[in-house]
Amino acid sequence: MTARKEKIVLPLIAVLLGFVLGSLIVVLTGRSPLSMYAAIVKGFSGIDILNGQPINTRYIGEFIIQAMPIILTGLSFAFASRTGLFSIGAEGQLMIGSISATTVALLLQAPRAVHLPLVLLAGVLGGALWGAIPGFLKARYNVHEVVVTIMMNYIALHFNNFVILHIFGSVDRVKTAPFPTSALLKSPFLESITRYSRLNWGFIPVIIALVLFSFIINKTTFGYSLRAVGYNKEAARYAGMKVSRNIVASMAIAGAFAGLAGAVITVGTFNFGRVIQAAEGYGFDGIAVALVGGNEAMGILLAGMLFGGLKAAQPLMQSQGIPREIAGIIQASIVLFVAMKFGIKMVLDKFERKQVPTTEGDRV
Amino acid sequence: MTFELFLQMFPIALMFSAPIILTALGGLFSERSGVVNIALEGIMMVGAFTGATVTVLLENSTPAAAWYGLLAGLLAGVVFSILHAVASINLKADQVISGTALNILASGLTVYLCQIIFHQQRTRAFSNGIQKFSVPGLSKIPVLGRMFFDQVYPTFYIAIAMVLLTWFVVYKTPLGLRMRACGEHPQAAASMGINVMKMRYFGVLVSGALGGLGGAVMVLTADIQYTLVSIHGTGFISLASLVFGKWNPYGVLGAGLFFGFSTALSFYAKDIPFLANLPGEFFYILPYLLTIIALLLFVGKSVGPKAAGEIYDSGKR
Repeated sequence: MTARKEKIVLPLIAVLLGFVLGSLIVVLTGRSPLSMYAAIVKGFSGIDILNGQPINTRYIGEFIIQAMPIILTGLSFAFASRTGLFSIGAEGQLMIGSISATTVALLLQAPRAVHLPLVLLAGVLGGALWGAIPGFLKARYNVHEVVVTIMMNYIALHFNNFVILHIFGSVDRVKTAPFPTSALLKSPFLESITRYSRLNWGFIPVIIALVLFSFIINKTTFGYSLRAVGYNKEAARYAGMKVSRNIVASMAIAGAFAGLAGAVITVGTFNFGRVIQAAEGYGFDGIAVALVGGNEAMGILLAGMLFGGLKAAQPLMQSQGIPREIAGIIQASIVLFVAMKFGIKMVLDKFERKQVPTTEGDRV
Repeated sequence: MTFELFLQMFPIALMFSAPIILTALGGLFSERSGVVNIALEGIMMVGAFTGATVTVLLENSTPAAAWYGLLAGLLAGVVFSILHAVASINLKADQVISGTALNILASGLTVYLCQIIFHQQRTRAFSNGIQKFSVPGLSKIPVLGRMFFDQVYPTFYIAIAMVLLTWFVVYKTPLGLRMRACGEHPQAAASMGINVMKMRYFGVLVSGALGGLGGAVMVLTADIQYTLVSIHGTGFISLASLVFGKWNPYGVLGAGLFFGFSTALSFYAKDIPFLANLPGEFFYILPYLLTIIALLLFVGKSVGPKAAGEIYDSGKR
């Protein structure tokens, strides 16, 4: 198989195997996989195949809502990954982005054209700062980013709650006062065409982020030097690239994507700052999205929609009597199969060799 | 802080330390054999879920239900860790990715099974977990008795026993030497006739056993049922303890006690005059912040197994 074909075929096989394994678990626990797939189809398209009802656009709106933040956290993981870093920090960066956006949304009074962009920018900067810290520790002191980013996630969680409870003085210990409408991504138009889903303008910053990601990585000298550090740190250093600076910058930009996700959730899906009880999984979803999407913008968009659709289908599964957690199980299985790509490749190569024994010899 | 308060903190601190120490020792086996095990969190979840479930189901038929729960948690950890072993040893998966996948899988799978078995998002509450006890005689020793032997959970002693056993196995037996060799330089180990695959399987499965036990210990001493947040990052804290303890069983013991105490401190802070005014979140943040600081302090001196995380390629020199 060529490298290019591999990049497309292997994730598809992983997705397929993930669904097979998920269905198997559903069957083994005495539930019907058919109703699970009906729920998934409805979650994606709003089409109810079991009852043959027409499209309900509300589901499409909710599905896009679910896909938006995990596409951004996927971009976050992928960006760090391209520089050879394994960042588990998107979850925490997202929370810091969220609390930064909350701060600007509550404290600033301005017309929407000024207020909303500043709210989003605050999320981006907050996330970038939170991402830069493990980047700096890695570059300057060679502290492993995996452990540091995990710890930073928990610090971010409690810091977020501290700010909401003690600085903004949440009355009900759950949320802040509602934001002024000038800070919100809400759109009555989008809501009305999707039968009053929570769909909002948040998809525009997501699209901009996807384009920016692709542009920085593929079209700029900076992106090239980031990738060079990812391929071989020492060689990049020898070639005169600033390795330490690139590591910090890469982690900061990764943090910026995750911070934007936090802002999009805070002023899009919600209209208040929230106390968060435990990690909500956006970070791990992002890792799954990036791995399945092959760390490329197009792949991340598709994988984000896949997992977003699965998330949107969760309540529907639950109402069909299938525990909603099956979505997480399928997602984890897909990631596991993506991780096993060498194994899958070995099997495929064996298969290919059996079918066309002569060409294999030619290629070698 | 009054001395009385300090003494009171001990049983709680030891209770929180036990699962951290056990799980971190599991990580030690895995990483010493050359496999990074970030799945410890997920393994703990599986162990905790299984431990709680078995305890609930056996409760009416045997008074030792919680002990069967511990055993079941241990076995479930082994079974779950087989996935990590197959993925990262046989199929040459990136160990961090495989571990991440297992963590997501564990949170999905355990709650899924709760819904199947108990028709809710959590297990049913068990009426008795592992019971506290006082060591006869020793608990009467002044001060020390109060600290280590009075009204403590037996799980802490299990953890101590495992520290000693781990030290013995890793440093005093041929098996331990071979395992460490696989974590430092697998190709060299292979050239001396050591089966690297087998050693790494051993390391990962032992980490599954200890992580599963750790998870079961945690839920059966500090909780009343298994929920999605029962483990809340303790697996990652254990991973940090391993780094903090420099991949050495006694270091792990020290680090585990340290994290146990910092958790206990958050419970007692309101009674300590100069800490009472700090917001509770400060104490939640403390263990994680201290971990980062500890990592910084050990920079350059922190010596993990050289080949941990590397895919074993028998052709590499």
